[in-house]
Amino acid sequence: MRFYALRRLAMALPTLLVISAVIFALLDLAPGDPMAQLPDTIPPDVRDDMRAALGMGRPAPVRYGLWLWQMVVVEPGIFLGLIPEDAATRILSWQTRAPVMTQIAQRLPQTIIVMGSAYALGITIAIGLGILSAWRRGGAIDQAGTGLAAIGYALPPFFTAAVLIYIFAIQLNWAPTIYDTTLRVTGWDSLAAQLRQMALPIAVLSLQTTAQITRYMRAAMLETLGQEYIRAARAKGLRERTVLMVHALRNSMIPVVPVIALGAPQIFAGAIITESIFGVNGIGQLLLISLRAGDLPVVQTVTVLIAALIVLANLASDLALPWLDPRLRDA
Amino acid sequence: MREHRALLFGPILLGALAVFVLLGPLIWQIGPQQMDLGARNQGASWAHPIGTDQLGRDMLARLMAGGRLSLAVGLAAMLLAVGIGTAVGVAAGISQRLDGPLMRVTDLFLALPLLPLLLIAAALFRAPLAARLGDEIGLFALITIAIGATAWMSTARILRGEVRSLMQRDYIRAARSTGTHNPQMVWRHILPAIAAPLGVSVAQGIATAILMESALSFLGVGFPPDLPSWGRLLFDGTPHLGTHPSRALWPGALITLAALSATVLGDALRDIADPRYPRYHRK
Repeated sequence: MRFYALRRLAMALPTLLVISAVIFALLDLAPGDPMAQLPDTIPPDVRDDMRAALGMGRPAPVRYGLWLWQMVVVEPGIFLGLIPEDAATRILSWQTRAPVMTQIAQRLPQTIIVMGSAYALGITIAIGLGILSAWRRGGAIDQAGTGLAAIGYALPPFFTAAVLIYIFAIQLNWAPTIYDTTLRVTGWDSLAAQLRQMALPIAVLSLQTTAQITRYMRAAMLETLGQEYIRAARAKGLRERTVLMVHALRNSMIPVVPVIALGAPQIFAGAIITESIFGVNGIGQLLLISLRAGDLPVVQTVTVLIAALIVLANLASDLALPWLDPRLRDA
Repeated sequence: MREHRALLFGPILLGALAVFVLLGPLIWQIGPQQMDLGARNQGASWAHPIGTDQLGRDMLARLMAGGRLSLAVGLAAMLLAVGIGTAVGVAAGISQRLDGPLMRVTDLFLALPLLPLLLIAAALFRAPLAARLGDEIGLFALITIAIGATAWMSTARILRGEVRSLMQRDYIRAARSTGTHNPQMVWRHILPAIAAPLGVSVAQGIATAILMESALSFLGVGFPPDLPSWGRLLFDGTPHLGTHPSRALWPGALITLAALSATVLGDALRDIADPRYPRYHRK
């Protein structure tokens, strides 16, 4: 078991290294120029000095190595307090000249609160719906759930958002169209306001999550319920609830856990779209703003962080599976 | 019987959309770029069945033009993705030697943060490609290739599994023993046998590509307003949601309809090909 975990970890690190190099190469090959927006009256030599000040004068491998050093050693060191803040150069944004990690730390809570609760809600609904659909196959819940899954999968999140904004924000005036990130939850009123402004983004994202995961849950549950041991459990007189929630659910989760784990980083992809619609100032919006401004260090760092989350989620699902499925423990 | 009805629903709807965007302009002859500043922001009328935008351009004509672009990107990107996926999957399934490296590459692509990468590629490479190939062809090529090159992995994985189990069959061994070479083997014996999962990949690929293109256009790195796709029209319509909701709702509904009909077609094909799906496609 420990060997298996180590082998998985040994696979994850090179993957992450290759991905970060690919992202760096893509950004470096792109012909964009952070000086392109500046006025033409700036003489070429000043322009070159400014480029050098951003650290662009050095060859690409050196810059990648420096970025990697800052990302892996300097930033965690400062975060843990091992390195004093002025002892090393941090990854700096070209736009603000502030450390990229500070910007990310400011924006991460909004993304995690909104997107995280949307994902949790989506998974909960999907698992419940999947169990019920499979239990009464062809029944009303199954029909509705299958329809919801097909439509939810085809609905692009920005269209769901537009429809929901039109109905609930503009026509009914139940929720604001723009997320107010300066809102501090201090009492019941502000808590209600916070829940109201979270409702629409969460509805958009959880619909997508539910649509994707319900299909897998239903299919896995159907396959499990057809097994002999379920018939045996029923034959010995167990309550239907015990059969479903204890005997069938655990085995049905085996194929669904990787889907859930792999979907988790997708909330950050969904965050890019949803945050830009509702004006949530989270990670996705940071990526979009920086990309438009040509602020490559921010784009590079945020993208690699998302990639790291994907690899971590893979790892987590690989490690969770032996816990659910004893057959994998000897592997 | 239900499966057969579902199997018809997808193609009929896709066909109707294709007729709308291809033959529609023959009947409805207003150009999608034709401005009429005297008739801005109009509601539905006989002259403009679904109104006009803030520059007085006819929305029906723009929806037809946008649909041509969206469906063309969806089709082209799907062909690229399914092409790469089939090549990788079949090669990995046949050859023990290529299997390891090809599947490593597939896993690597699966771990990439796709939407951020597509955003980066579309934002940073659009200007130089447009300068070299011209606005329309350059952007079309960029978006199609970017989407196609990042959507082939599921096809490759599923086909690899199919081909690997196929290689154990007697008729493949018999063909091998009579000296059939690899190209002929693939063309005559393998591709026909994996036609069903390939069909599923084609249908799902169209849906994925249409949704991805509309996401890129919606985020402002896809097609520009003078060359609108459905995603771009939705993006342009969203700020006017309070005053002219139909301008966002129509393109959004058409994207959903196109993706839905392709998904339903894929599901129906899959139910017929393999009633136990989704199986657990992992090694």
